[in-house]
Amino acid sequence: MNSTNDNQDKPVITAAIDGFFLVFYRIAVFIARFFREAFRPPVEWSEFVRQCYQVGYKSLALVTVTGFITGVVFTEQSRPTLSEFGVTAWLPSLVAIAVVRALAPLIAALICAGKVGSSIGAELGSMKVTEQIDAMEVSAINPFRYLIVTRVTAMTICLPILMFYNALIGCMGSYFDVHAHEQTSLVSFFDNALAQITFLDYTTALTKSIVYGFTIGIVSCYQGWNASQGTMGVGKAANESVIVSMFLIFIEEVIIVHIFNSIR
Amino acid sequence: MEDQEQHSDSSETVIRIRDLYKSFGDKHVLQGINLDLQKGENVVVLGRSGTGKSVLIKIIIGLLKPDAGTVNVLGEEVEQLKDAALRALRLKVGFSFQSSALYDSMTVGENLAFPLKRNNRQMSKEQIRKTVDIVLEAIGLPDSINQLPSELSGGQKKRIGIGRTLILRPEIMLYDEPTAGLDPITCMELNKLINAVKERFNTSSIIITHDLTCAKEVGDRVAVMDEGRFIREGTFEEVFKEKDGLIKSFYDYNFTQ
Repeated sequence: MNSTNDNQDKPVITAAIDGFFLVFYRIAVFIARFFREAFRPPVEWSEFVRQCYQVGYKSLALVTVTGFITGVVFTEQSRPTLSEFGVTAWLPSLVAIAVVRALAPLIAALICAGKVGSSIGAELGSMKVTEQIDAMEVSAINPFRYLIVTRVTAMTICLPILMFYNALIGCMGSYFDVHAHEQTSLVSFFDNALAQITFLDYTTALTKSIVYGFTIGIVSCYQGWNASQGTMGVGKAANESVIVSMFLIFIEEVIIVHIFNSIR
Repeated sequence: MEDQEQHSDSSETVIRIRDLYKSFGDKHVLQGINLDLQKGENVVVLGRSGTGKSVLIKIIIGLLKPDAGTVNVLGEEVEQLKDAALRALRLKVGFSFQSSALYDSMTVGENLAFPLKRNNRQMSKEQIRKTVDIVLEAIGLPDSINQLPSELSGGQKKRIGIGRTLILRPEIMLYDEPTAGLDPITCMELNKLINAVKERFNTSSIIITHDLTCAKEVGDRVAVMDEGRFIREGTFEEVFKEKDGLIKSFYDYNFTQ
């Protein structure tokens, strides 16, 4: 028995490099298990709806405030430059393009990573270290389907909705600022704004938010699911849920923008 | 529940463990464990902390995989079972955690109803409520249905943890340190509950503990574990007839001091 264990403990390359690839392998297995479990009945509808409420409804206030402020600030910051060229009339379309193509997906995702991602990491981490997940296992309940599939799916579905809502509120913030300076009507503002937004812009924003939502869900659940070392592990899971999600969101942003620009 | 309240045929082996080994890195936790649990029997596994007692019952329920050896529960080789078959087996084996492991976001009633709802989706709300009430009455906490786990004492949490496993009508109960961290009177009440569960629900049990009073009160047979092996086995009187080494330390600490 001893020799077998000794061989298993020896690193293939070095312990650090082995560990790095092991994490990737475990995440890949985690994602594969998500897709395997997600399409098997029964669906945990009540838990899914509860998670949509937690992710979507409970983030609305924060998304509203940040969206509105983003719209106002972006408009304020852009006006002097556009004034120099005498094209302040472009403000609605400029803001709309910036908000839909870049700001709304990113802001909604970062808010959800901070607010919901940390909460999922801490909740699952706490359940893990207090053996509540094991308690589900021994009660013949599939904890992965009940806890992970519902949370990741809710996150993936709710983030695009929050993103479009954030974009709308951002444009409203911009409208109030533009209206205060240039006395534009709401209809005229949105006519100008939407005229420059193409189907590809909406598709880009939707793709981004689906990818970001899935990333936040998977990363937060993975961190919580694999928490260890008691309360310290719970804090670590919450913290790493946010950090890793945000880091991956920025990398994905670059990749998605490149892909869609090549189509454009 | 009423149909469970029958007396048992004590000749059938419900758990059979042979040459069980388990290591975590360099730490060899289980080193050749052999154990049989007969139907209707309560076996107490006694030992110091860190000797592998909890690892043993986690292997029995399939939460951990052994490095070598076999665990046969109700005729099934646990380590060879696929997910669905393992889940089906777990419906017949209750596991009471040392920490109780209650779902802290749910009330007591929801904690008990949760495994029932998930495993019996055709059950009506009235049937679930009725079953929850029967189990709460059986564990002596009929009025706690709307309380949150944070509002319960340690002993009450243990009782609810036991109730949550009983609601699935298990044939076997695995208790992990049922009296750990409790005062002597609450320990005595829990010992009575473990015996009552055996009588009323016709269960066979493995009880992990380092509490000799518990071992004496609930155990038909006692197996003493040290450094991953059973060093003595028999009735409580047989095991503690000759008091030497670890046995003496245990006895002196629990009964002499």
